[in-house]
Amino acid sequence: MAEILVLVDHADGAVKKVTLELLTKARALGEPSAVFVGAGYDKAAEKLAEYGAAKVYVAEDAELEGYVTAPKAELLAKLVAEHAPAAVLVPATAEGKEVGARLAVKSGSGILTDAVDVSPELIAEQSIFGGSTVAHSKVTQGTPIIAMRPNATAPEAAPAAAERVDVSVDLSDSAKLAKIVEKVVLPKGDRPELTEASIVVSGGRGVGSGENFAIIEKLADALGAAVGASRAAVDAGWYPHQAQVGQTGKTVSPQLYIAAGISGAIQHRAGMQTSKTIVAINKDDEAPIFELADYGVIGDLFKVVPQVTDEILKRK
Amino acid sequence: MKIVVCVKQVPDTEAEKRLLPDTLTVDRESSNPVLNEMDEFAIEEALKLVEAHGGEVVVLTMGPDGADAAVRKALSMGADSGILLSDPALAGSDAVATSYAIAQALGTTEYDLVILGSEASDARTSLVPAMLAERLGVPQLTFASKVEIDGTDITVNRLTDYGHDVVKATLPAVVSVVEKINEPRYPSFKGIMAAKKKPIAQLDVASASIDAAQVGAAGAWTAVADAAQRPPRSAGVKVADEGDGGVKLAEFLSAQKFI
Repeated sequence: MAEILVLVDHADGAVKKVTLELLTKARALGEPSAVFVGAGYDKAAEKLAEYGAAKVYVAEDAELEGYVTAPKAELLAKLVAEHAPAAVLVPATAEGKEVGARLAVKSGSGILTDAVDVSPELIAEQSIFGGSTVAHSKVTQGTPIIAMRPNATAPEAAPAAAERVDVSVDLSDSAKLAKIVEKVVLPKGDRPELTEASIVVSGGRGVGSGENFAIIEKLADALGAAVGASRAAVDAGWYPHQAQVGQTGKTVSPQLYIAAGISGAIQHRAGMQTSKTIVAINKDDEAPIFELADYGVIGDLFKVVPQVTDEILKRK
Repeated sequence: MKIVVCVKQVPDTEAEKRLLPDTLTVDRESSNPVLNEMDEFAIEEALKLVEAHGGEVVVLTMGPDGADAAVRKALSMGADSGILLSDPALAGSDAVATSYAIAQALGTTEYDLVILGSEASDARTSLVPAMLAERLGVPQLTFASKVEIDGTDITVNRLTDYGHDVVKATLPAVVSVVEKINEPRYPSFKGIMAAKKKPIAQLDVASASIDAAQVGAAGAWTAVADAAQRPPRSAGVKVADEGDGGVKLAEFLSAQKFI
């Protein structure tokens, strides 16, 4: 069976959910080979085996993680040249897409981004223009590189051998031009990551202040959800940039999206309208967010959000 | 210091976007073309760096004839001159072909720094800045929320899922910026008047030494097979809160098995 390379997204060996999604999808296309770069493989091995990696190319050299994206692209280009895989799957995250971008140029290959599905013929289904259009695209030159949108595939376990194959690459000078001198990790707490969460609760202009975001967080915690924010709330400094959902922020596609105090400007809709179920809470019954909502509450979020939070906690 | 800012003209952010059914390329006629919003942050950052360190800001765009409007906007904000790369052969270029064409156009000018917005609001791929760094063989400093220059040393904060990385490199470099980085200035009346007199150089495929076979629809390494607009979501239930809105919402969430 044709080999499919899957770039593993992980933090010190803690494998991200999107990797399991990619392995699941890769199994329908051929035989998945995971590509693990950096430290922590011992921690990751079991998970990669559980989700069907027949082989894992392990590159533990710390230098590969010390520079911006170019070393990973160089390693992948070497693997592509040596093993001629049928396709390379990367996560459609900022980092994954950039590694794919450089790999495309290096290997003379086309790249497709924001795929929500891939057929056995390697035709990617893309959700574009903020989810308003569905396109089917293919790569016409080189090795298809496909960046898969997190949360688009349900991960399914299917144990495989995960045979370890150690690999290395002699980095070119040009791969070492942008040196990472410090990693600043913001305290994350226990909430799931925004793009991976199956439930997202977002607050917008209607929340009114940074302190008031506490009621959004309480609802999120009651549901085990991630917290998002509209651009208005982020621009006002009420919530960190990393939480921004929308055209110039993150695209999310959770099972449930709750928008509180968000009017639903097109920028915001572009980042969340492929969510499976959408709930809106807004004082303004003309707010465009209600056009998308499966369930809309016209009301004061300061009354509705604490009430639904209490009710959820009661029912648990 | 010479900074080239690469900008893109895109369909109005406020308008619904679609693909043309016959060519499956972005419909640029049905809405007003505007300067890609994220590029305003790139222009602002370039202007600030030149104000602090001296030099000039050149704005480069690739697009159809009318795309010089995007360059004029940048000139009215304070950029010094523009370059319009325009040629029928470029129509339909994908990210790989676009990055090649821009890299060739950059070959016609000197630069210490190339700055771009981190994504365009139409395709939202974020591919071109990384591809450009790869092609030019210069450091890639993308998703920057802060840029500092000291002589030929450049340091940026690169936004990541966990916070940010501090990244160091030596000029020349490719930088892409996120909107968190600054507050773009509005063009002044004086700026708008001055922009009319600023030069915009014209480039085509031949003058930028672009191999026409590597650009446009023929040179793209990806192809759209079909596209359809997703049917609009059917409106759901809408209830006014009469004191029990939260309880009713909980009932809905419970019925949907979210609780």
